[in-house]
Amino acid sequence: MNPLERYEPLVDDREAFRAACDRPLPSVVRVNTIATTAERVAAAFDEEGIRYETVDWHDGLFVLPDGHPGRNWPHFHGWTHGQEEVSVLPGLALDPQPGDRVWDACAAPGSKTTQIAAMMNDQGTVVANDNNLGRLSALRHNTERLGITNVVVTNQDARNYSLKPLAFDGFDRALVDAPCSCEGTCRKNPDVLDEWTMDHVRAVAGIQKGILTRAVRMTRPGGTVVYSTCTFAPEENEAVLDHVLAEVDCELVPFDLPVRTTPGVLEWDGETYDPSVEHARRIYPHHNDTGGFFCAKIRVGGEGVEA
Amino acid sequence: MSERSNRGQRFDRLPVTPDERQVPGRASRQEVLDWWNDRFGIPPETFEGYTFWEKGAGKVWIFNGEATDPSTVEAIGMTFLRTRQDHWKPTMRAVQRFGGMATRNVIELSPERARRFAAGEDQQLPEWDGDWGYLIVTHELAGGQAALGVGLYLHDELRSVVPKGSREDLAVIDRE
Repeated sequence: MNPLERYEPLVDDREAFRAACDRPLPSVVRVNTIATTAERVAAAFDEEGIRYETVDWHDGLFVLPDGHPGRNWPHFHGWTHGQEEVSVLPGLALDPQPGDRVWDACAAPGSKTTQIAAMMNDQGTVVANDNNLGRLSALRHNTERLGITNVVVTNQDARNYSLKPLAFDGFDRALVDAPCSCEGTCRKNPDVLDEWTMDHVRAVAGIQKGILTRAVRMTRPGGTVVYSTCTFAPEENEAVLDHVLAEVDCELVPFDLPVRTTPGVLEWDGETYDPSVEHARRIYPHHNDTGGFFCAKIRVGGEGVEA
Repeated sequence: MSERSNRGQRFDRLPVTPDERQVPGRASRQEVLDWWNDRFGIPPETFEGYTFWEKGAGKVWIFNGEATDPSTVEAIGMTFLRTRQDHWKPTMRAVQRFGGMATRNVIELSPERARRFAAGEDQQLPEWDGDWGYLIVTHELAGGQAALGVGLYLHDELRSVVPKGSREDLAVIDRE
């Protein structure tokens, strides 16, 4: 069975949803604002004769219709990083500020890590963690290539992360861009649909709950935790939020994203979820011609300055 | 905790001055700042707020975050400079990041020469009458100079020391 069928009852237009999922995605690059500006990247593309299109909701993204995001002068200089459009959304929701202490729980290969570092103007500390040493080398390559100096890279299981090697005992913000079933990336990698199993959904949901719980516990009162996935499965999205809301002192908060979104679902497969999960945002491929995505913003409970 | 010998797999902060050096051969912060200033005219204030660390023999890293005990982490910041050899060598990415402030030992290449440099090719360049050794190599791109990386100039030849994984066959920018 194609797992996308499962999610048809959730979408407004099943045919448009399935048609969008079948179309490949174009190459997109994000401007590395530590190194340069979007204007200069555009000027360099013009000089080099590289075709590009702008993205109306983000002035630091360029679509490259001819592909090859790594074969141009801006890339050679570390001015750009290949990153799918929806992948910049959790960084926008996190809204990191210069000087912040930020945890990126599942950071490799580092697209969001490097975006977060750039949003902080390379000031403060981003702790980029991943449990997979091989994927961490890709992250290292990317932070190096983009000239980022405020990232600490660690190799731990995020579910029982230890702050011991760090200079501080908590974070202002955390991003949990969790390992997931990834159907939302089917426009880049259709294999994910063939590899999909319900057993994996159940197993990975347990991991997601563990990581998100740890993220909330390590973030200071009033701080922000963003949870994101590239799956449509409510078991890995709203159900994870519902679990964490019951487990630790935190709340889901409404937030804006610059693309068309739909609210989190309140019931699925006989389960009902905490009503506040409707503050989470679902991004379907046919609404913005992007990959599929899920993103939620959490305020950690207790007295504390709003992050 | 002070270690008297360099251990390749952990990060250790550079001593502030040569007088405070405990690990033989380890560069001090002062020497690193002086080197960038002497070699490229990049003022020491540029690196105020950054800390320098050694991991691996002679490999110096630059870091702008908070760390007390980074001995058990995979990385902090980015690689910056290779020391513990006669001629210190900056990394390509350090030069791309900070090389724009250099005022000497900078060589600007024409569009065709820049293409060859980025592809990792060595080239004859007898017209250079400056210092030998490691140079910051630039070209003009989108209204200004942009640092390509590090070149090694010896005997009329500019060698590209762009690491293999970063080399790219790119278009010659048409300036006619």
